[in-house]
Amino acid sequence: MIAPLYEAGALSPRSGLVVALALGLAFGFFLERAGLGSARKLSAQFQLTDFTVLKVMFTAIVTASLGVFWLSRLGALDLGRVYVPETYLLPQLVGGAVFGAGFVVAGLCPGTACVSAATGRGDGVAVVGGLLLGIFAYGAMYPVVERFASSTPRGTFTLPQLIGASHGMTLLILVVVALLAFRGAEWLESRRAAAA
Amino acid sequence: MSSTSGGAAYGSPYLAGVGIGLVLIAAYVVMGHGVGVSGALTSVAGTVTTVATNAPASAAWRGYAAPGFAALLSDWFVVEVIGITLGGLASAALAGRLRRETERGRGVGVSRRVAFALGGGAIMGIGARLAKGCTSGQALTGGSLLSVGSWIFIATAFAAAYLIAPLVRREWR
Repeated sequence: MIAPLYEAGALSPRSGLVVALALGLAFGFFLERAGLGSARKLSAQFQLTDFTVLKVMFTAIVTASLGVFWLSRLGALDLGRVYVPETYLLPQLVGGAVFGAGFVVAGLCPGTACVSAATGRGDGVAVVGGLLLGIFAYGAMYPVVERFASSTPRGTFTLPQLIGASHGMTLLILVVVALLAFRGAEWLESRRAAAA
Repeated sequence: MSSTSGGAAYGSPYLAGVGIGLVLIAAYVVMGHGVGVSGALTSVAGTVTTVATNAPASAAWRGYAAPGFAALLSDWFVVEVIGITLGGLASAALAGRLRRETERGRGVGVSRRVAFALGGGAIMGIGARLAKGCTSGQALTGGSLLSVGSWIFIATAFAAAYLIAPLVRREWR
């Protein structure tokens, strides 16, 4: 059978929920392992003193994108049946900026705030509370922002389509950029350590 | 740098990244979709709103609001976020990093830190709704599936965060 298994009808909704719990457990575990349940650690990324956020995120993206590429190339995964978040150019441009502003003020993002709260941090609980407040507020102003939020839709629109390169070539570029970013991050961290 | 004020030192960020990458691959292979957190919070908020107003879900909550609180527990992303919370708890417990505290910079009071956390969280919530996802659903999931919109999200989120970072620098001294 070709994956995705759930899409192919191999799993009941109840088994799907067991998978949700298991994947969530692993996700939360790895976030905490790296120290991403700590607002101090995440904030250091933005003060350029600790690049854990960049390393974890970029490594996860590279790992997953290479895995998806090879599984589909080997015929084990039907990429056409994996849901790719749809592109809405302006809402994601503006939403991303608003999100980033909130992120640096809060010191935690939604997933890491859950981990922070679970490990006893009061500021993590407050960020989760703030997120819910913001989501309620968005719901209240939805009639006003609805038009903008659904503007400039591009459907499933991927980087290979954008730059006119093959899937494999796009990933090669991504891997090279990631390796350069890791090198730069290590260099900046070691320079700081030497200065301290 | 990675002093944890007690408890074991943090693990390698690269290994943790590979672990999260494998979680994403497993999600694509088994479920056909990635992970997310802000969507689950939207389901909670939408369910609270519709239950409280006793009205059918308005356009703002369509696709998110569950018919009741019990039904929230059959929402894939809500269960996944419960898992994230328990996974974080388990990892911290194993490493001796469970700690009742409010993380903040020296000279910053608890109430000031909580105000920033609440306010920043609220701004983030609005941004995530507008962008249709957060660091999990857009950056990690959409990023690894090479979605253009997700990479726009990553770019503007980090640009805005770096632009504002000097203003909140003293919160962490």
